[in-house]
Amino acid sequence: MRINMRKMLDNQSGTIASVKVGGELGRRIRDMGLVPGTEVKVWGRAPLYDPVALRVMGATLTLRNNEADYIEVEVD
Amino acid sequence: MAPTVALAGNPNAGKTTLFNELTGSRQHVGNYPGVTVEKKEGTYVRDGFRLHIVDLPGTYSLTAYSLEEVVARDFLVNQKPEVVINIVDASNLERNLYLAVQFLEMGIPICIALNMIDVAKKRGIKVNDAKLSALLGVPVIPTIARSGQGKKELMDSAFEIINHNKQLNPLKISYGADIDPVLAEMEKEIADNHFLTDTYKARWIALKYIENDEQIRSLGRQTDADLSGRLEEQVRKVSRHLQNTLDTYPEAVIADQRYGYINSILKQGVIYHKYDRNRLYSSDRIDKVLTNRFLGPLIMLAVIAGLYHFTFTYSKLPVEWLESFFGWLGSTLTAVLPEGLLQSLIVSGIIDGVGGVLGFVPLIMFMFFGIAILEDSGYLARVAFMLDRIFRIFGLHGSSVMAFIVSGGIAGGCAVPGVMATRTLKSPRERLATLLTVPFMNCGAKLPVFALLIATFFARYEALIMFLITLGAWAGALLVAKLLRVTVIRGSATPFVMELPPYRMPTFKGLAIHTWERTWQYIKKAGTVILGLSIVLWAMMTFPGLPESTLAEFEKQRQLEISRVPPAIASELKSAGDKTELSVPAYHLKQSLRRINAAEAEAGLRYSIAGRIGGALETVSQWAGFDWRTNIALVGGFAAKEVVVSTLGTAYSLGEVDPEQAGSLSATLARDPGWSPLLAIGLIVFTMFYSPCFVSVICITRESGSWKWGAFAMAFNTLLAFILAVIIFQVGSALEIMVN
Repeated sequence: MRINMRKMLDNQSGTIASVKVGGELGRRIRDMGLVPGTEVKVWGRAPLYDPVALRVMGATLTLRNNEADYIEVEVD
Repeated sequence: MAPTVALAGNPNAGKTTLFNELTGSRQHVGNYPGVTVEKKEGTYVRDGFRLHIVDLPGTYSLTAYSLEEVVARDFLVNQKPEVVINIVDASNLERNLYLAVQFLEMGIPICIALNMIDVAKKRGIKVNDAKLSALLGVPVIPTIARSGQGKKELMDSAFEIINHNKQLNPLKISYGADIDPVLAEMEKEIADNHFLTDTYKARWIALKYIENDEQIRSLGRQTDADLSGRLEEQVRKVSRHLQNTLDTYPEAVIADQRYGYINSILKQGVIYHKYDRNRLYSSDRIDKVLTNRFLGPLIMLAVIAGLYHFTFTYSKLPVEWLESFFGWLGSTLTAVLPEGLLQSLIVSGIIDGVGGVLGFVPLIMFMFFGIAILEDSGYLARVAFMLDRIFRIFGLHGSSVMAFIVSGGIAGGCAVPGVMATRTLKSPRERLATLLTVPFMNCGAKLPVFALLIATFFARYEALIMFLITLGAWAGALLVAKLLRVTVIRGSATPFVMELPPYRMPTFKGLAIHTWERTWQYIKKAGTVILGLSIVLWAMMTFPGLPESTLAEFEKQRQLEISRVPPAIASELKSAGDKTELSVPAYHLKQSLRRINAAEAEAGLRYSIAGRIGGALETVSQWAGFDWRTNIALVGGFAAKEVVVSTLGTAYSLGEVDPEQAGSLSATLARDPGWSPLLAIGLIVFTMFYSPCFVSVICITRESGSWKWGAFAMAFNTLLAFILAVIIFQVGSALEIMVN
């Protein structure tokens, strides 16, 4: 099932299906290793539920919900 | 000249640790020309051979979006270092190699320091360095920067690259069926026309055009607008094609292919994971507590309060030592130097001014030490993570909070270290908005002003008013930040995408170097400019001196007082020391002489340039109810906010008033019919928001990289403060609230 990253639950894992954004944000997202085919796991959220923290290739990355909106994830 | 070695790598890969390990104390920090990105340089010496080491800013990529990336890329292209040491975090290999691949694409001679192999090992990650080296075609040396392990081997291989002057063929990756043909075509056209090829390689230029690299494109347009246009057209064509067929962007395809290339290498037996890669480590377990929804914010408050306590409590003693040293120096020179202008210049101008600046040094050192601990340990990134949602509303960033707290978010900080604390912010617009608004916080120097006015007019509500003042400062700062972000610093939010590095125990060496280099920059830069400005302010409050006739008039009054008492009393006073018990008539004589001296000081101040400015400003300042005395005091407050109290004292003929013991001034203000609680509120608000003191202005100028922002802070803040004060005074007067 393919869902928007914002909708992922805590501890849910999946594989990035697409990153539909260009420009600075798109580049930053890709520079950090968030490209199609990468496995991610939602590791937690900040106290106000935004930003979200992800486990990606053994590291922890954070991004805001409105940035996660551009990322589609194929969840298990 | 010694060969140059550049250190490059992702943030948190251990670059700075390696730099400190290689150069030790033989390093210095400056700025890259025209920008505020720190440039660290040092010398590595071995067997009499010297290498010039440059620590490039930490980046994830070599596109030209962020300032750090532009700086790093320009340095590589223009300075052509003999070799680049790419520090790669072995426990995070896949993502770290993304930068390495981009160096290889540029054809830059690199050798890879496979750092933190100890951490990787603990995490069950095994990296076959020989295989990685063979597949990438560059040396790969396992290192542990913290302990210096592998340093020798790393430098051996760097020396070898330098000595053999090895040239590296740029890496050619296939970027897929859509991009490859266009890339080849563009490469040929670029090479045929020798388009920018003196500086860059043809294929790389073509690649950057496809990646939409604004820096290369604008360079191209300046060189050959025609050809650049043709290249851009080709890119547009392939972009449209990709958009229509795959719903993606060329730069996304290129990034995917780079990761694909990295994966294909790693899969050939380079890396072995013993455990699931996303399993939790002790660092994650710490995070489960420290960023917990309920505990996290509480612990953060405690940590921030702790930092605050640490900075302002423990620096108190050294600050007092410095103050008493400068006090001693001042009084010694007063005794040695003949009375007159020279004495006044040296004691009141130079020593008070420079002493005031150096008095901040222990405070700044302690603050930077505390922040370095939070930064190096990785906690600061968590603070940004937890608070981002709130600060984002106002166009700021989660990391802005430190600067606000240090500046006086809890009343009693100081904007100077606060402005400097914005260095931990990597987003340029958010950083500028933060450093322009932190001076609104209630620094320790504003407190005596508030204390005086509260004690005089609102003695019963002291705690409540202080709380409202703190709240008002936060509200003002955040709203102004928002205002700036939708006007002069307009622009979308910088992406928050960042890494939460694993917690690490900071090394003392790293902390010490961090603290010292920042402190020294402050002393050096602030010290020189402030010396000049202190003299200017002193001159404004001293010149022109009272005319001879007026001086003679005051002298006559003094003689008259003395002649009224028996000569024995006069000589008793003359010979008495500071602490001598005086007889009643002598005491009365002393008091009347003091009154005359104070009146002379008041007249002198009124007559000086500052006094005239204060008087001239009355035409405007009367809208807020401020008279010339308040005006001068506020002008003096530009030197340092606590001066407001002492200058008011002089202006009200009380002689020098110690800001800590302003009792008599308080009584005078309470009696003065010109003063009212309403006016006091206006003045409190004005003091909160008007121009930062000049030390802060200089720091703002330095940190923003332009005098424009320093001047902006002075003008904008003063205007804002004045408008607020006028509104309070006019509305209050019209409604007759608190007018007496």
